[in-house]
Amino acid sequence: MSGFQSNNGVIRWIEHRMPIFSFLDHSVGSEYPSPKNLSYLWNFGSLAGITLVIMIATGILLAMQYTAHVDHAFESVERIMRDVNYGWLIRYIHMNGASFFFIVVYIHIFRGLYYGSYKAPRELLWMLGVVILLLMMATAFMGYVLPWGQMSFWGAKVITNLFSAIPFFGETIVVWLWGGFTVDNPTLNRFFALHYLLPFVIVGVVILHIWALHRFGSNNPVGIDTKGPQDKIPFHPYYTVKDAFGLGVFLVFFAAVVFYIPNYMGHADNYIPANPLSTPAHIVPEWYFLPFYAILRAITFDIGIPFTGVVIIEAKLGGVIAMFGAIAVLFILPWLDRSPVRSGRFRPIFRIFFVLLFIDAIVLGYAGSQPAEGLWLAIAQVSTAYYFAYFLIILPLLSVFETPKPLPTSISEPVLRGGGGTLAGAPAKPMEKA
Amino acid sequence: MAETATTAQAGSGETRRDFLYLAAGAMGAVGAASAVWPLIASMNPSAEVLALASTEVDLAPVAEGQRITVTWRGNPVFIDHRTPAQIEQANAVALDELPDPEADEARVVKPEWLVMIGVCTHLGCVPLGQKTGQSRGEYGGWFCPCHGSHYDTSGRIRKGPAPTNLPVPPYEFTADTTIVIG
Repeated sequence: MSGFQSNNGVIRWIEHRMPIFSFLDHSVGSEYPSPKNLSYLWNFGSLAGITLVIMIATGILLAMQYTAHVDHAFESVERIMRDVNYGWLIRYIHMNGASFFFIVVYIHIFRGLYYGSYKAPRELLWMLGVVILLLMMATAFMGYVLPWGQMSFWGAKVITNLFSAIPFFGETIVVWLWGGFTVDNPTLNRFFALHYLLPFVIVGVVILHIWALHRFGSNNPVGIDTKGPQDKIPFHPYYTVKDAFGLGVFLVFFAAVVFYIPNYMGHADNYIPANPLSTPAHIVPEWYFLPFYAILRAITFDIGIPFTGVVIIEAKLGGVIAMFGAIAVLFILPWLDRSPVRSGRFRPIFRIFFVLLFIDAIVLGYAGSQPAEGLWLAIAQVSTAYYFAYFLIILPLLSVFETPKPLPTSISEPVLRGGGGTLAGAPAKPMEKA
Repeated sequence: MAETATTAQAGSGETRRDFLYLAAGAMGAVGAASAVWPLIASMNPSAEVLALASTEVDLAPVAEGQRITVTWRGNPVFIDHRTPAQIEQANAVALDELPDPEADEARVVKPEWLVMIGVCTHLGCVPLGQKTGQSRGEYGGWFCPCHGSHYDTSGRIRKGPAPTNLPVPPYEFTADTTIVIG
């Protein structure tokens, strides 16, 4: 706490009684040293944080205008769009903010996957991130139900029905979740309550996530540990300004969507009021759930003992297990990938499989938007198999069989070599045990 | 004397303390569980939701071959005034051909009236087939467009991902052409 100085008497007065300014300085200021080689891919953590704040701010304003009742919800959203001052703007920011939140977080996750940010000593940091992802998914799902359009209603019905796949207690659990015998007013009310609550739970876990991050600091594109002060620069002003620039670029894209194509990522069917007696021809979740939806629908077969007809896991339950398993596998990822080399830059074979995983996720997303039959079903099944194989088979095997490229001796070395070639002759250390 | 007392106290004190820990812990767990129970139970269907649990339907205007949809507990209920051909078709199926074996007579009170909850047992969509012109699937009953489940003229699952037949709600005939569901 020695580094903090201020000429302002008020700040000094507060700091003496509650050292919040030095705390902030150590968290995101000049006293927080960060690796000096962070690329723009490291912007997405702070972008996610800012998006969360945007979502909470617009969400609170929307909640002041919204009515959580089956008879009024749809109309109250239309009222926000037509009558409330700037209601259209706030709702479009909130609606598309959800999509951008997922875009940012998915990039953040893939960055972590490529540069091995989940590896020791950052396992807990990674797992807290997976918790945040799960909370985000729950929040987004419940938020999508609130406008009470056709997709809201039927999306809610299909997803809550997944819990009926649980053996023995399934039906009881679903009735408890609904508070009735179908998705109805009690369901809408509790979803609204939880949709308001969960973002603040996310804030709490984000604080833990940042706490765990600051224990060892950011990973970096080279993936080796910083060796000392010469490898680091203060977070402020270097990364605050870089994050601010990234935010500007992000807001350009965000504004373009909000102002010009606000409904591009939505479904026209959700502008039809919910009708419990008529299912839309084609139910699809929001785009950010599509890969998981594809995995859910890819399990079309019962799993049992071959040739006996004994079914252990019915197709419906199998799909649900696979879908949740797709997230659960991320929790144990730090122990599946045992390679001591973090960054994919030095792992030539890993790199190929990683690119395939990225393509695989996009293919799964597209398959999820298509009817689950014929060719798209087959593609979804192959892609689901690859998704799990990547984590459960390929990474553990690569940890043993892959020979990584030699690692640089410090994070400065590759930078200086690229810039002036002054250290071109420096011997590369063969491999470092993390 | 003093020595004996100390030893006894030390010995029994340990076990007494363990017992107190266990007893207090168990009591705390029971107390916490009983305090949490009302909170969890409050999310179950409330009295006024349960009170809406019966619906009376007059079947007299429903012509033979016609299907109507009524609402019971927020869910659609399919009522099908079946033709003799449809009844025969439902009876003609061997039970071991069915994924969820159930005889047609076990699903009806009067064979000409088929009453079922119109919610697909897969993921809760409403199957097509109630209105003229809608697909009735490959077995002349109902077809769920969400994930392609086909139901026969008895509402039994024949093909697709749905695990069980369309459920029959509890109902009774209060007059010749009047039923009360629930």
